[in-house]
Amino acid sequence: MTVLDGGLQPEMRDGVDRETIETVQAMAGKYKYGWQTDIEMDFAPRGLNEDIVRLISDKNGEPAWMLEWRLAAYRRWARMEEPRWAMLTYPEIDYQDQFYYARPKSMAGKPKSLDEVDPKLLATYAKLGIPLKEQMLLAGVEGADEPRRVAVDAVFDSVSVGTTFKAELAKAGVIFCAISEAVREHPELVRKYLGSVVPQSDNFFATLNSAVFTDGSFVFIPAGVRCPMELSTYFRINAENTGQFERTLIIAEQGSYVSYLEGCTAPKRDTHQLHAAVVEIVILDDAEVKYSTVQNWYPGDENGKGGIYNFVTKRADCRGARSKVMWTQVETGSAITWKYPSCILRGDDSQGEFYSIAIANNAQQADTGTKMVHLGKNTKSRIVSKGISAGRAQNTYRGLVSMHPKAANSRNYTQCDSLLIGQGCGAHTVPYIEVKNNSSRVEHEATTSKVDDDQLFYCRSRGMDEEAAVALVVNGFVKDVLQTLPMEFAMEAQALVAISLEGSVG
Amino acid sequence: MLEINNLHVKLEAEDKPILRGVDLRVAAGTVHAIMGPNGSGKSTLSYVLAGRDGYAVTDGTATLDGADLLAMEPEERAAAGLFLAFQYPVEIPGVGNMTFLRTAVNAQRKARGQEEMSAGEFLKVVRDRARTLKIDADMLKRPVNVGFSGGEKKRNEILQMAMLEPKMCILDETDSGLDVDAMKLVSDGVNALRDAGRAFLVITHYQRLLDHIRPDVVHIMADGRIVKTGGPDLALEVEKNGYAGILAEAV
Repeated sequence: MTVLDGGLQPEMRDGVDRETIETVQAMAGKYKYGWQTDIEMDFAPRGLNEDIVRLISDKNGEPAWMLEWRLAAYRRWARMEEPRWAMLTYPEIDYQDQFYYARPKSMAGKPKSLDEVDPKLLATYAKLGIPLKEQMLLAGVEGADEPRRVAVDAVFDSVSVGTTFKAELAKAGVIFCAISEAVREHPELVRKYLGSVVPQSDNFFATLNSAVFTDGSFVFIPAGVRCPMELSTYFRINAENTGQFERTLIIAEQGSYVSYLEGCTAPKRDTHQLHAAVVEIVILDDAEVKYSTVQNWYPGDENGKGGIYNFVTKRADCRGARSKVMWTQVETGSAITWKYPSCILRGDDSQGEFYSIAIANNAQQADTGTKMVHLGKNTKSRIVSKGISAGRAQNTYRGLVSMHPKAANSRNYTQCDSLLIGQGCGAHTVPYIEVKNNSSRVEHEATTSKVDDDQLFYCRSRGMDEEAAVALVVNGFVKDVLQTLPMEFAMEAQALVAISLEGSVG
Repeated sequence: MLEINNLHVKLEAEDKPILRGVDLRVAAGTVHAIMGPNGSGKSTLSYVLAGRDGYAVTDGTATLDGADLLAMEPEERAAAGLFLAFQYPVEIPGVGNMTFLRTAVNAQRKARGQEEMSAGEFLKVVRDRARTLKIDADMLKRPVNVGFSGGEKKRNEILQMAMLEPKMCILDETDSGLDVDAMKLVSDGVNALRDAGRAFLVITHYQRLLDHIRPDVVHIMADGRIVKTGGPDLALEVEKNGYAGILAEAV
């Protein structure tokens, strides 16, 4: 392990989009999504046992094979130990003191269309700035010839409350629906692929998820289809003491393409809430998947009270030759982040990319990074990680690059930059590198720098206030990664970067 | 415009006084030069006026059009019309020069209750002013001062000045590190901004900059005080005879 301090300025490309600061200022304000919606909820009894697993399965109207799969996972999980190798400090989690299923009562009889959805739910999403109704989805981009459209699946606590643009996607052969629905409607696909990337036995949190996942999104892009719009899922934890365990499964058949966006928020609560998600992506020959996340779960208050514990397993299996995956994550929320979106580069000439911005302020702790497992010949991977620490936060990059014996002529490039704001925070870089053949090449570069007083004074002497100055400098630091996000997401992410660092100077 | 009375300043961290009673009055429409040997407090004066941390004002006042500069945050001083061209301009990786300029211009406009400049208007103005300073489109796109040559950095400072249109411009050794051609460009840029409503305080070691930017008044600073004030001839005298004679006379 290396703990880096002092040193080089990270190499940068040209400037931040001109709107950066305006957007930041427009969105200024502490955690914006901290309210809760007062909706009558159905809860399963507190705690976890086989009966709860059966109840979840029953509520979702699942076939027997799905229940058996869950039960097998539960039995395995009950014998497992929670991993503690990450650089994270938190009190023991009492898994019996959580609710594993919560859904708005109005969802008991599944609505047939969005019009039947509880207006309070729709209001919640409107408040989050998520336009659920299709006509509102015409998110016009200034200067673009055609407005861009994004299909949205919204998950509220445990259940999906509605997916938009379904009919139009179906015309292209694309399936985009709640995973609970996919289990019922497309069992052959779900059975074939569920757990094939992240097996039940993968790790403690993935096994827990396999037992109790309640909903999430399912995406199937048939061979040769370029998904006609971006797909997006918004996750919202609303109920108190409820864990959210969503499961996402994306299948991109030969020669297909999809860009998928994921956003997350939660209300402010004094108690910690558990989130353990699994995302599996299967990519066949010549297919490409872009997966972008803006994670803005409630981070807890300045003293570390409350906030989401975020334990997530995300993995893409580049099964096919020349397949490609690109993960981009902007992690600004959560009290604890434990997350390593990974790429299994199985197909020859497959490519994996991981771009990450992880911000930890106040008492937040993040231990995040990626795994690039090179199995096929001529596989390529690229990692660009930007960690920002402020307040008393600890931010760790943990990454594995593994070149297997058969992965001849493979390459990896890793760039890992840390930025420190103030005196009380820490940045840690933990790269694991394994090379088991002679023809592959691995490059790793790491820098740690500070937002220095000269930069801030320079900006302020030109008229920017202190927060605008910090936002400008930090947005410059993360520029390389922001560029990889779809435009609207990039704007949101820029603003979030500024908001999550409020009060970090002065 | 700028009025400094009996200004005493020390470093916050230690007890050593740096400015020991500076008196200075700069009227609108005039150019004042401050010369003086190393360590006389010239740069400290510019930093204190701009509001940099690390200095403690122990006595005296500094006002801009009657407003108390020393009570303001650096960004408030900027919005009030004060501008410092840095001796060592700071690099900001990843932030495009254009983004930086536009952010600064609009922050000041907002602070003054003016409407922000539209993207189109801004682009027109910046291109126009960049041209006179021979700053090309590439330099506008590159990250602020990153990889700029000494001359590019100083030209970039003058471009910022031209865009922000301050009332009171302080140039801290803008000539250091410049070759003859770059000095000409920078001076032309400054001269183009001279007008009846604007004043300049040019801090320099050398007479040669003052050949290009003709001052109305020249001050000699030594040991934290202004020890002699005169016309442009005073700079020529320094050039010819050094500071020794003037300093001896002042004691």
